[in-house]
Amino acid sequence: MSRPDLPALTIADLQSLLRRKEVSPREVIQSLRTWIENVEPKIDAYLSIDFDTAIREAEKVDVALSLGGVPIAIKDIINVKGQPCTCGSKILGNYRPPYDATVIQKLRAAGAIPFGKTNMDEFAMGSSTENSSVKVTRNPWDLSRVPGGSSGGSAAAVAADAAFGGLGTDTGGSIRQPASLSGVVGLKPSYGRVSRFGLVAFASSLDQVGPLTKTVRDSAMIMNAMAGHDPQDSTSLPDPVPDYTKNLGRDVKGIRLGTPKEYRIEGLDPEVKSAVNAAIKQLESLGAEIVDVTLPHTDYGIAVYYFLATAEASANLARFDGVRYGYRAKDPKDLLDHYGRTREEGFGAEVKRRIILGTYVLSSGYYDAYYVRAQKVRELIRQDFVKAFEKVDVIISPTSPVPAFKLGERTTDPLAMYLADIFTNTGNLAGICGISVPCGLAKVKGSQLPIGLQILGKALDEARIFQVAHAYEQSTDWHKQRPKL
Amino acid sequence: MAKTTDLDVSYVSKLARLNLSDEETQLFQKQLADVLKYAEKLREVDVTHVEAAAHAVPMFNVFREDEPHDWFTADEALANAPQKANQLFIVTKVVE
Repeated sequence: MSRPDLPALTIADLQSLLRRKEVSPREVIQSLRTWIENVEPKIDAYLSIDFDTAIREAEKVDVALSLGGVPIAIKDIINVKGQPCTCGSKILGNYRPPYDATVIQKLRAAGAIPFGKTNMDEFAMGSSTENSSVKVTRNPWDLSRVPGGSSGGSAAAVAADAAFGGLGTDTGGSIRQPASLSGVVGLKPSYGRVSRFGLVAFASSLDQVGPLTKTVRDSAMIMNAMAGHDPQDSTSLPDPVPDYTKNLGRDVKGIRLGTPKEYRIEGLDPEVKSAVNAAIKQLESLGAEIVDVTLPHTDYGIAVYYFLATAEASANLARFDGVRYGYRAKDPKDLLDHYGRTREEGFGAEVKRRIILGTYVLSSGYYDAYYVRAQKVRELIRQDFVKAFEKVDVIISPTSPVPAFKLGERTTDPLAMYLADIFTNTGNLAGICGISVPCGLAKVKGSQLPIGLQILGKALDEARIFQVAHAYEQSTDWHKQRPKL
Repeated sequence: MAKTTDLDVSYVSKLARLNLSDEETQLFQKQLADVLKYAEKLREVDVTHVEAAAHAVPMFNVFREDEPHDWFTADEALANAPQKANQLFIVTKVVE
């Protein structure tokens, strides 16, 4: 039997039904499958789904666990044992990882069922999911528009109730921006809070895995299962993990919200601006105190990001050489031909562009001028946040300067696409945490398009941003709005 | 900071072991020149006495016990190989 109303539930509500045995894990998978078969032809969020394995796992799952029986969608850059992992690229060929990433092991230990892999920009390089070499994912709110990216498949799936929750990765905004454009909640944890073991590396000093969910509570529940130290990841932090649901329901009286003057930029969509201003007023009416702050090096964020992220990517992607796994060019005449053609035929345009830029900034004669200088400016950006967080508890901004744009609208101008990350990528450079929550709907040419509010917190202060995000969310109806599909 | 015209996409593609078509080379030359021009603003910043940040959260000397443990079997390690034989990866010839 399958119940059509099940897929619309939050993780918290679904899990309490499961725990009370009002619904079985098998029934959950079946009703989700029915709904996915209905909406997937419209949104194309998934690259692969393994319902048969999911049903087998559902038969033996312990529903008393915190995520017991909850199916979770996984961005196709995180290794799930035996399931394909393409990174949205041709170069991985038919690769099937022989192991689970640490985050997958932890989710399984909490009873979650990773049942499907979601579409993404190739190797997480992009802000629209259009750089996938496999297919284009559509925004459930308007099928002619992008879902954001690079975690666009997980965002679209959650927005369309085709997943109860999903995992994404965020290197410069790739969880928060698609969450904003698709109208869901997306968290980028502090650098080192979540293990990167088993995540295919893009920019190792910036990448973090995080949840995309319907509500702030669901996000906190996934983080409770997933955060923490991992001996397999030398950059993961040993600090104890608090219960992230503990502060939910606490008010925001006396919390100091910083609004950076550098974030009042030209090019900010007027509807985004008014929705974020209304959200700030709303939080003020709930008792928060609004404080002006300054982040003087904000304007350098994009330039620093594109030097450091591409440099790290050019080194990380050197492993795709067609030797141990993945695609290999046919009949190479020698080793250089083998490498050169395997990578030419396997990588898409944006990945090639970034490998070239990254190789250039690391090359002899340019390393100090570009790479080292960018690292120094990164330190200044980090110090900006340290100083701001001496005065305020959290920082508030739009997540994206614009709502979802049209498919194809920005694909020819890489620089314009890079500028979409303006409010998010300094958070990665500084290693702090940030969350995007729905805060409005823009009316654009007959469509209603979600707007996201970004709440940034200092490193390891996830509990605080969950508290503020939850207080805001519960005082509005934005999280209850769903696209009509 | 170096002049943006210094970028030679054709040369860098050789360093990166990444063949490019003529069209891609020309397109990237133009697009990356735009990106480098945009990034020239980094020259304005005074970075004297600033330490380069490799990581946002400084961590040093991370060690773990060096103990043997079970890992992939040869079959598992070879499962994704583009070419294999006799429990070995087959690679393109590297010596004459």
